[in-house]
Amino acid sequence: MSKVPGDLRYTKSHEWVREEGALVVVGITDHAQDLMGDMVFVELPKPGTRLDAGKECAVVESVKAASDVYAPVAGEVTAVNEALASAPETLNTDPYGNGWLFKVKPADPGAAHTLLDASAYETLLASET
Amino acid sequence: MGHRTPLYEEHVKAGARMVDFGGWDMPLHYGSQVAEHHAVRQQAGIFDVSHMRAVEVRGADARAYLRYMLANDVDKLGTPGKALYGCLLNEQGGVLDDLIVYFLAPDWFRLVVNAGPAEGDIAWLRAHAGRFGVDIAPRPDLAMIAVQGPRADEAASRVLGEAHATLARLKPFHGAFIGDTFLARTGYTGEAGFEILIDAREAPGLWRRFTDHGVVPAGLGARDTLRLEAGMNLYGHDMDATVSPLESGLAWTVSLAAEREFIGRSALLRQRAQGVTRRLTGLLLRAPGVVRDGQDLQGPWGRGTVTSGSFSPSLARGIGLVRVPAAAADGDACELIGRSGQVLDARLVTPPFVRQGRALIDL
Repeated sequence: MSKVPGDLRYTKSHEWVREEGALVVVGITDHAQDLMGDMVFVELPKPGTRLDAGKECAVVESVKAASDVYAPVAGEVTAVNEALASAPETLNTDPYGNGWLFKVKPADPGAAHTLLDASAYETLLASET
Repeated sequence: MGHRTPLYEEHVKAGARMVDFGGWDMPLHYGSQVAEHHAVRQQAGIFDVSHMRAVEVRGADARAYLRYMLANDVDKLGTPGKALYGCLLNEQGGVLDDLIVYFLAPDWFRLVVNAGPAEGDIAWLRAHAGRFGVDIAPRPDLAMIAVQGPRADEAASRVLGEAHATLARLKPFHGAFIGDTFLARTGYTGEAGFEILIDAREAPGLWRRFTDHGVVPAGLGARDTLRLEAGMNLYGHDMDATVSPLESGLAWTVSLAAEREFIGRSALLRQRAQGVTRRLTGLLLRAPGVVRDGQDLQGPWGRGTVTSGSFSPSLARGIGLVRVPAAAADGDACELIGRSGQVLDARLVTPPFVRQGRALIDL
């Protein structure tokens, strides 16, 4: 069973967000990393990039497949996880912690609350399997 | 649900992610295909390859029959136990399958063919068997296990007991029976090791003895990156019925000596006389990223296509096998077209990329 921490918000495309002060941290879920298998390459947006909600903004590649990451919220990228360049496998081992992808200053401070909560995301996962 | 090998339960117990491969439910990995890859390069891994089909060819004219059926010449097999790699061709010189043939006795050869094409192969073999009076008998009662890696023999010495002495004497591409079990120094990883053809009922016990001795179960994911690094073709990707061995890096497996007629020979001679226009070689990505099957590449000589692409865990670079115009030379710089149309710097290189745990190309 994939882990779905209760304190995060989720998208239907398997990203998670965590509120951190005025910013939101974005990553991919345990379910997403498990489906893709061993991660070998991550392409992240540059800090300062303006994201549109629902548009592709990063790429994660496993040995098996490449997958777009979609921006959960609109806003500006303030930081990216540089450590993933040399250790992409962190996405597999710690998807909700050290495997975070980037941080965004949301255009709408309440945007994260419009996303799925943990129980809604678990329902989505159950319906997909 | 696909066919299940005799080791299906072992895979499920070990937490494998099962996928369809050629109509079989097979383990893709048991948690991390990259870790399994490294285990085979550095230690020892064990693969269930029971989806591959053993087929017996028996009869007084078995040798003459196989000399007619295969593009490689089984007359190279002088002593019982010796193995040969080669292709089964159609009349147009297209590759129906690639296989290993073991010479077991003057009236007995054993083929090991790929899972997907197996049924077609058997029908093709039978269609031509009549005038040679040979019998074609698939062996679904046999399981096949590959143990590969620098420590494969060390594990075998503990698992096989006295029988290990027989294995220890075998040279590469040779096999021998221990009772009804056949051991051979063959594989698909570029590492030392061996393959075992064994009664399906005995396979789970043998599998557990190897894993109990620390040999790491490895799935099709690791098998694919290992064979790709080793520069070995995968049927259905790097060659199929639409291309000849001469266009697939397999000219070394074709024996065109004058006196032997075989299916596809005249087509290959015609192709050679007219000039082979395409060839298969290696691709090394210079930029970070992963090479994918079907991607296009562009060089001064025109376009090429990736037939097998992946990420090399040993080199930490994207690599592939590519079909390019004959004018393309190894060492040439070229550009790989990424999935969103971006252009990535790459270079043609001569496979293999990695064997015996060592990089064989300059990065």
